Amino acid sequence: MNTKLQEQRSAYWKANLRILIGCLIVWFIAGYVLPIFMVDVLNLISLGGYPLGFWMAQQGSIYVFLMLIFFYAWRMNRLDRKFDVHEE
Amino acid sequence: MDLKLMIYLVVGATFALYIGIAIWARAGSTGEFYVAGKGVNPVANGMATAADWMSAASFISMAGLIAFLGYSGSVYLMGWTGGYVLMALLLAPYLRKFGKFTVPQFVGDRFYSNTARIVAVICLLVISITYVIGQMRGVGIAFSRFLEVDLLWGLIAGMGVVFVYAVLGGMKGITYTQIAQYVVMIFAYTVPAIFISLQLTGHFLPQTGLGGTLSGQDGMYLLNALDQTLVDLGFNEYTTNRNLSTMNIFLLTMALMIGTAGLPHVIIRFFTVPRVRDARKSAGWALVFISILYTTAPAVGAMAMYNLIDTFHPGGVGNPEAAMVYEDRPQWMRTWEETGLLQFEQEGDGERVHYYNYKNPPAWTEEAELDGYTVANLDRDIMVLANPEIASLPNWVIALVAAGGIAAALSTAAGLLLAISSAISHDLLKGVFMPKISEKNELMAGRLAMVAAILLAGYLGLNPPGFAAEVVALAFGLAASSLFPVLMMGIFYKRMNRQGAIAGMLVGISITLIYIFLYKGWFFFPGTAMLADNPDGWLLGIAPQGFGTVGAIFNVITAFVVSKLTAPPPKEIQDLVESVRVPRADTA
Repeated sequence: MNTKLQEQRSAYWKANLRILIGCLIVWFIAGYVLPIFMVDVLNLISLGGYPLGFWMAQQGSIYVFLMLIFFYAWRMNRLDRKFDVHEE
Repeated sequence: MDLKLMIYLVVGATFALYIGIAIWARAGSTGEFYVAGKGVNPVANGMATAADWMSAASFISMAGLIAFLGYSGSVYLMGWTGGYVLMALLLAPYLRKFGKFTVPQFVGDRFYSNTARIVAVICLLVISITYVIGQMRGVGIAFSRFLEVDLLWGLIAGMGVVFVYAVLGGMKGITYTQIAQYVVMIFAYTVPAIFISLQLTGHFLPQTGLGGTLSGQDGMYLLNALDQTLVDLGFNEYTTNRNLSTMNIFLLTMALMIGTAGLPHVIIRFFTVPRVRDARKSAGWALVFISILYTTAPAVGAMAMYNLIDTFHPGGVGNPEAAMVYEDRPQWMRTWEETGLLQFEQEGDGERVHYYNYKNPPAWTEEAELDGYTVANLDRDIMVLANPEIASLPNWVIALVAAGGIAAALSTAAGLLLAISSAISHDLLKGVFMPKISEKNELMAGRLAMVAAILLAGYLGLNPPGFAAEVVALAFGLAASSLFPVLMMGIFYKRMNRQGAIAGMLVGISITLIYIFLYKGWFFFPGTAMLADNPDGWLLGIAPQGFGTVGAIFNVITAFVVSKLTAPPPKEIQDLVESVRVPRADTA
């Protein structure tokens, strides 16, 4: 493998890791910080008939997970094209 | 129409559909048998993954668990969905790029070791067989409860149907049947939920109905009413109930998430799509289809609980003179009493049933005359299956729920059976013992392994080991502490070598197994537990169900240290990792 390609690959991988880590931070906040560690504080706020912490645990976190996966897929497809490693 | 006839018709029609699909989608090559020829559309694969993933436990048990656990039940909702984020971001695209047939095959190639491959096969077999037992049991119960046939015949019918489409069609047949099963399952789950949500709150969507106000009770929120009612009965508030410490809720949720991401029968579904970018997207579609059920489940649980308490206390809680009269109990209670999942006990001469927290009786029970009946057993699994009857919905809805429960169990069983048979025929036979086996013979071996797995599952379904519930915790603990870390390190840590991976897997599994056995008994034999299974007896207060997280941490640390102390992996393995990381790397 020539050096230029090697550098390209390593830049692609670093960019991927940056996106990944960003997504995992959101995943941790939506799945742990809000619905588990901060649930009592959030429960002081209500969302319709839902206490917010309870809503986050039984509904909200799942919606965030969904958006995250599609965001990552969209972002990575763009990155693939930018580095010209996309599939035809 | 008669309910029983209706159920026979609906279940019979779904079976005919599954078998029809199986005949249309026969597998001709090992590629079709193991990974459906890698030609499955990502949305279709997402739907099949959803059916594969959502088992009898998701369909039948989860809403019941939530109904009785309230907020604490959230660990299952978050754990079993959050795992898909890990799978979509950390595993699926790379394993798809690797482009082979099974999970142990990746472990064996990446760590250039048949030992690693065999260790992975053992983990896979323990996880999958454990899971299959529960599914066959679910099929048997659905048959014996709804069709009133003997458990044995119920199991034989279920095994027969799986046999036809899994053995004939392999992954190809299973994928297309699972799509049909998903449709049956999701209708069966959401239709009664919509009916009940409309009845109670006037909301069409159960997801908003749960946060809505009760019809005809001027602005009282359903959840507030439920909180208040449960407190009046001597239970904890629904929305804040906690049966575990915050640390254990965290560990259990994490163990379920990484366990989900490490389950081999789900991972192999992402081998079936044509491209890497399809694998990324397909995980998202799988979660869309799963979420439809998972965001409905909390509403089903809470509303079933509300309706159930209302049935026991038609005159309101704290008014025992108006409690339900035993002889006038609804028909569905009588039917469930026959199964033993619901039991009443006569305590005195009174004619009414008194339901409250017997361990923590509320104040109003002290002055009142409560000689009558108590609820001796109220199984959580009743909640979903009896839900349409509790809310007096029409017969066709009840028939649909029966077909949905069976679809949920069959679709998961088929996926597990495929994972088991491919591990045996592809990893053990072709990979290790008979590398020269022809494709035709390997396909035959795969089918024979599947037949053997079906027979074993059927036998275990008929004679279930008495510890089925504990075993599920074990399956997740093992997947979390063995397969997930090793797959992830194989992709993200190029320096990880054979010695590190094997040591990590062995340490992860052993420490998790030992911890669970210490509290639940060695190999779950009763009376062999060596430590008290309660918060005081737990090491550092860690519950055994959530220990998979700790096992995973030990796995990673061990693997890291051992790989640092030994030689790095050969050049071609490092190149393999490089190529797995890039969707199109063939130009190198």
